[in-house]
Amino acid sequence: MSISVGYYPGCSGSGTSVEYDKSTRAVCKKLGIELNEIDDWSCCGSTPAHTVDHTLSAALSARNLVLAAKQGQEEVVTPCPSCLANLRTASRKIEDENYRPKVEALLDEPCDEAASVASTLQLIVERVGMDAIKKAVVKPLKDLNVACYYGCIMNRPPELMQFDDPENPMAMDDIMEACGATVLPFPLKVECCGAAAGMPKKNIVAELSGRLLDVAESLNTEIIVTACPLCQMNLDLRQGQVNRANGTRYDIPVVYFTQLLGLALGLSAEEVGLSKLVVDPTPRLRFAGVL
Amino acid sequence: METIPLNSPDKEFIREVQERSGQNVLSCYQCGNCTAGCPYNFAYDLSVSRIMRLVQLGQREAVLKSHSIWLCATCQSCTTRCPNSIDVAKIMDVLRHMAREAGYATERNVKAFGDAFLESVEKHGRVYELGVTASYIRKTGRFWTDVDLAPAMLPKNKLSIKPHEVRGKEHVSAIFKRFRERDTAKENS
Repeated sequence: MSISVGYYPGCSGSGTSVEYDKSTRAVCKKLGIELNEIDDWSCCGSTPAHTVDHTLSAALSARNLVLAAKQGQEEVVTPCPSCLANLRTASRKIEDENYRPKVEALLDEPCDEAASVASTLQLIVERVGMDAIKKAVVKPLKDLNVACYYGCIMNRPPELMQFDDPENPMAMDDIMEACGATVLPFPLKVECCGAAAGMPKKNIVAELSGRLLDVAESLNTEIIVTACPLCQMNLDLRQGQVNRANGTRYDIPVVYFTQLLGLALGLSAEEVGLSKLVVDPTPRLRFAGVL
Repeated sequence: METIPLNSPDKEFIREVQERSGQNVLSCYQCGNCTAGCPYNFAYDLSVSRIMRLVQLGQREAVLKSHSIWLCATCQSCTTRCPNSIDVAKIMDVLRHMAREAGYATERNVKAFGDAFLESVEKHGRVYELGVTASYIRKTGRFWTDVDLAPAMLPKNKLSIKPHEVRGKEHVSAIFKRFRERDTAKENS
């Protein structure tokens, strides 16, 4: 199997979610997916851009889709759901002949040649598939109870994302199951974690991420599995803040799905960036015999 | 309790929201599904279904001065669950655009964070996380923001001391420049 696509890492991939980028690249290599990083990619504008203006947001994102096409990539994947949502929305706008000129006016460049976008999660599920993953697993995640948390925009709105179930997504559940883990029925899969409120409105993250941790704990979750840099940061880096605000004492590791998948495929703790996580997952992984 | 004068709807406001969002706000029949699923409802001053109703009633001031429109995180629950396929999250976004233009920012810190983020993108082409934090602190005077995270964060060596500059950063900053020129031209016309 040989898959070759353009790769958009997103800004957090070289900062707060460096372990997501690292484990994504390592897992894709292991699964025979060639990721070609878009040369000189720039920020998609994330949430702040679309809250200011939709055309500004589309132009910031479209720059990357046009760059990718110029570099010979028809298809781009990104690990980050926020980048995905912005890049996809921009794609829609430049496909619309009535809207495209507005984007082109800000970008000062034609947008008729642009790459399409998907998440790396979608690529792995749809193009690699569970059978191939099962065959490639060398270190099953048996005796590990995980809860998969997708966050609010990996699958929504469904009309834009066209992937998995918007209320009860299964992509990561299926991957974790293929890796041999016990997947718990986590009911808050798509409930928001508080998103970018971490800095300006801490009470919101304490409440919303607090709910997620409460439910994860009630299911005896050993590890929470995520696919979004912002979700992961709120649940992991801010877990202490959430504990202090709510009077709880949770100590639940929160990892990226690519980190656990990588370990199951035989990658080392170093290769999937485990040491970058704040709540240390290694005691549980050792106990389960994964490390 | 504040009363809302229903005999004087701002029809221009209704028209503008509809045009800018591409949504038919009049098709909302107030089932409340959006509010039932809204994770932010506990923090809102006006629930999202009430915002929808106030838009239908042309209540520009009440809507644009609400805190809710700044707290919405565009999580898409409302849009996903609306039985009339109204893109409610897009309407909330458009209301934020209009509130900004009208000079309202009832959640100053939320606006300051967004502004700090975009200034970083404009300057470097990519987000420089430490720079965003510093700029946010400068704008808000909240010196202790996230200082408690330092002991957990610093040993992980994740945050770059220097921004990751994009070669085409002038291309990115020119997008912002043309955006501002476009808006100024619109105001003058």
